[in-house]
Amino acid sequence: MVKQYTKNPVGAHYGTRGFLIQRFTAVIMAVYTVVALVVVIGHRPAGYADYKALFAGGFGLFTLLFLAALLYHAWIGVRDVLMDYVKPLGVRIGLQAIVATLLVFYLIWAAALFWGRWA
Amino acid sequence: MSSTPASRAAVRRPKYYDLSLAHLPPPGLVSIFHRVSGLLLFFPVLPLLLWFLQSTLASEEGFHRFAGFYAHPIVKLVLLAFVWAYAHHFFAGIRYLFLDMHMGVAKQPARTSAVAVLVLGVLTTIAVGVCIW
Repeated sequence: MVKQYTKNPVGAHYGTRGFLIQRFTAVIMAVYTVVALVVVIGHRPAGYADYKALFAGGFGLFTLLFLAALLYHAWIGVRDVLMDYVKPLGVRIGLQAIVATLLVFYLIWAAALFWGRWA
Repeated sequence: MSSTPASRAAVRRPKYYDLSLAHLPPPGLVSIFHRVSGLLLFFPVLPLLLWFLQSTLASEEGFHRFAGFYAHPIVKLVLLAFVWAYAHHFFAGIRYLFLDMHMGVAKQPARTSAVAVLVLGVLTTIAVGVCIW
């Protein structure tokens, strides 16, 4: 007897959007990583004023974009890990709720840090 | 052999859990380290990064406090662990992007690229270690 398929996917392309967002955000972060290395090594900020000025222009905006991409990427990644290893539904949903809340909190934190810094 | 699923389940089979990572081929190592490094980056690296940016950008005292904190060798060692997590996740992620485009999927290239990812992650960590020490 064949074991019943018990997963409950929603829609024909369940998961495709997450998969794609995972890749798009990865590309943003990979580009940012290279740019950040060039900027930091190129400028070698000597003191506080130098360091602060680093985030004043487009690099500050790019940093915020990087952090936003990182948070979305982390959501899909951690969600996938929880789906793989945490089987009891209540525990899994509880953990996912904690992770989602943390990530939204981090997004607000990142925005508070960098919003308007480029202006 | 006409055993039903129920009677087959009743047979006690020996259990042998070999979780030793050394038995995984390089692509398997890259995969599990991608997962472990990803979780490390979510916690504790992400909140620490935000805390670091907040403290260093907020005031000059905060900036200098961090510079002093960073001088501790243990802080540098922990930082290097985070650098490895980031570097491995970065290189492994790029490898997965190529695999997604069906590039390097065959057994030998996949093995070669997996070894390259493992080596690059460690080399980056060593290079950063040499720079900050």
